Amino acid sequence: MYVAVKGGERAIEASWRLLDEARRGDTRVPELSVAQIREQMRLAVARVMAEGSVYDEELAALAIKQAAGDLVEAIFLLRAWRTTLPRFGYTQPVETENMVVERRISATFKDVPGGQVLGATYDYTQRLLDFALLAEADDAANSALLAPRATPPEEPMPRVLSLLDKEGLIEQETCSPEAREPGDLSREPLAFPADRTVRLQNLARGDEGFLLAMGYATQRGYAHSHPFAGEIRFGSVSVEMVLDELDEAVEIGEIELTECQMINQFAGAKDVPPKFTQGYGLAFGHSERKAMAMALVDRALRAEELGETIASPTQDIEFMLSHSDNVEASGFVQHLKLPHYVDFQSELELVRRLRAQHEENADAGAPNKEAA
Amino acid sequence: MNAPDTLRTTAAEVASHETQAVSGYNFAYLDEQTKRMLRRALLKAVAVPGYQVPFASREMPLPYGWGTGGIQVTAAIIGAKDTLKVIDQGSDDTTNAVNIRRFFARTTGVATTRRTSEASIVQTRHRIPESPLTDKQILVYQVPMPEPLFRLEPRVAECKKLHALADYGLISVKLYEDIVQHGSIATTYDYPVTVNGRYLTSPSPIPKFDNPKLHMNAALQLFGAGRERRIYAMPPYTPVKSLDFDDHPFEVERWDECCALCGSRESFLDEMIVDDSGKRMFVCSDSDYCHERREDIDARATNESGENA
Repeated sequence: MYVAVKGGERAIEASWRLLDEARRGDTRVPELSVAQIREQMRLAVARVMAEGSVYDEELAALAIKQAAGDLVEAIFLLRAWRTTLPRFGYTQPVETENMVVERRISATFKDVPGGQVLGATYDYTQRLLDFALLAEADDAANSALLAPRATPPEEPMPRVLSLLDKEGLIEQETCSPEAREPGDLSREPLAFPADRTVRLQNLARGDEGFLLAMGYATQRGYAHSHPFAGEIRFGSVSVEMVLDELDEAVEIGEIELTECQMINQFAGAKDVPPKFTQGYGLAFGHSERKAMAMALVDRALRAEELGETIASPTQDIEFMLSHSDNVEASGFVQHLKLPHYVDFQSELELVRRLRAQHEENADAGAPNKEAA
Repeated sequence: MNAPDTLRTTAAEVASHETQAVSGYNFAYLDEQTKRMLRRALLKAVAVPGYQVPFASREMPLPYGWGTGGIQVTAAIIGAKDTLKVIDQGSDDTTNAVNIRRFFARTTGVATTRRTSEASIVQTRHRIPESPLTDKQILVYQVPMPEPLFRLEPRVAECKKLHALADYGLISVKLYEDIVQHGSIATTYDYPVTVNGRYLTSPSPIPKFDNPKLHMNAALQLFGAGRERRIYAMPPYTPVKSLDFDDHPFEVERWDECCALCGSRESFLDEMIVDDSGKRMFVCSDSDYCHERREDIDARATNESGENA
C-alpha cells in the first residue's frame, strides 16, 4: 500500500531506458547523425544556439538529436552545458556593417547601396508541399545543387539606417566613451530597472514564440508602435578578441548572424524634433522571425525612456524580461508535475474545516432566520 | 561543512580527487568562481537574516522550478566529508529527491543518507524534518517564489521598496480579509514569517505545521531560489515569528487520525486514497521519522518478549 512513493530510483532508471528507445524509434530506419542535423536542419540549429546562448553548431545539433527534436529541451541541454564553461573574456563588438552578406533586404527603400539580396528564403516558396522530397533523395540527380552558385556581392553594404542618420532623421545610436560597460546577464542577476544593454541580452536569448506573440501584439495596438523593416541582413561576421599576450585584437573565428533594424515613428517631445527611432534585433544563425520580433519588442520596451504612455504589458520591462526565457518558463510550468502532497494536504485540511464551519453556521443560522 | 579543503583546492586538484565520480565536471558540478559568488551571497544572507540577496543564478542540469536554487546552495557549501540527505515532501524516495541525491552522489562522491541524524546537510522541498536538527547541521530549502508579497504585488522593483521601508501593511490586510471571509487565516503553506523582527520572509511552501520549527532552530537554514535568483538565510537560533493577530493567534493543522504505520500523533500526515470506495489512510510525511519510530517499536517489542521468555 505504501509503495506509491517508494522505488523512485528504479523507476527513474527504467524511464531512461524507455526514453532512449522512444528517441531512437523504429530501428529498421537508419539512425539520424549529428552531422545530418547540423547540415540539414540549420534553422533548428540556429534557434537552439540563439536561445541556448552558445554558438556551437555541432553541440546544438547533438542537443536536438538527444531531445528528439524538442527544441526547448535542446536549448535547455545546451544551457546546462554552457553554465559549466569558464569565462575567458569578452570579444570586441562584432561589426555587422562588415558582414559578408548572404541575404539583405530593406522594406523602406526600393534600392539601397549594395542592393537588395534575396538569398535563401522561404518567403516566396508558395508553401506547396514538395512531394519530391518524400523520395529518398539522390543528391547526384539533383541538378539544382550542382548549378554554379552566385558569388556573394563584393561591394560594401552600409546599413540602411546609417543613410537616414546622415540627414539626422533617426536617433543617433553612437557609443559614448563614458558609457559604462554593458552588464552580463549570464553572470549577474537580472535587476530592475533594466537598461537597454541588459534588455537586449535578455531578448536575444528569449523564447522565439514569446517574442513573436508579443511583437505581434505591439502591431495590433498593444503599444504605440508603427514599424518599418529598415533592414534585415543575414551573413557571417568575424569575431575578434584582444589577447593579453599580443595586446591587439585577433580574429578568433566567424559566426553567422541575423540582424534586424526596425524604424519606428516618434512624435518628438518639447525639446526633441520629430524623428525616427529604432528597435533592434540580433540572433545567431539564420533567424529572421526571431530578429524581427525582437526588434519590435525592443522598441516597445523603450516606451519609458522615450516618454511614451505605458499602456500595455509589451511595454512593461519587468513583465517582458521576467517571462521571456523558455528554460525558466518551461521549468516552472512543468514543476507542477512534482509531488505537492504536503501543500495539498494542508489545503484539504483547510477546505474541510471551512466547510464544516459553513455547515455549522448554516444549521445554527436557519432557525434564527425563521424566528426573525 | 564548508570544509576548508574545498576552499583551497583548485579545479585540477578536485578533478584528481578520489571521490570524483563524474569526469569532465568540477566537484559538485559548479566551477569554483561560481561557488565563490554563491558563498558571498550566502554570507550576506546570513548577515542580514531574512533579506533576499540577489545572486547570478546559473542554469543547472535540472529544470528551473525543480530545486535549482537549493542545488546551487548545496553545491556551494558541500565538501568531500559531508553527508547529504535529500527529501521532497518529507520523503527520501520521491523521484525528485532521488534525482537530486543521485546528482550530488555523481558529481561529488559524498556519502548520502536517509537518516536525518546522520546528515550534515539536508536539502529539502516543502518540509522540515520532524526530528530536531543540531547546530552541526545545515538545512537547505528549495524555494519557488522567494517574495512573500508576490501575490499582492507582482512587481519585484515595487516589493524591494516595501521591504526597504518595512512596509508590510498589505500582508496584514490580506490576513485580515481572510478572517472576515472565512473566519480564520486561509493560508496553509508558505505561511509568511518575520525573521529577526525585521524582514517579512517566505518560509518556502512548507506547511504552516512546520513554521514553529523555523523559530530558534539550532541548524543554519539556507534558502535558494534559482529561477528568481535570490538567496536568504535564517542563522542558528534566529527568532522567526509567523504572522498573526492578538485575537487570532497562529495555529497549526491537526489530524483526528494518527499515522497508520508508526502511530505518531505529533507528525505531519499524508493522506492516501487506498481503494475505489475512497477509503483513506494517513501516514507520516517524514519517511525517516516514521521508519525510526517503527524500528524503536520493533526493538522494544523484541526486548519485552525477550524478558518475558
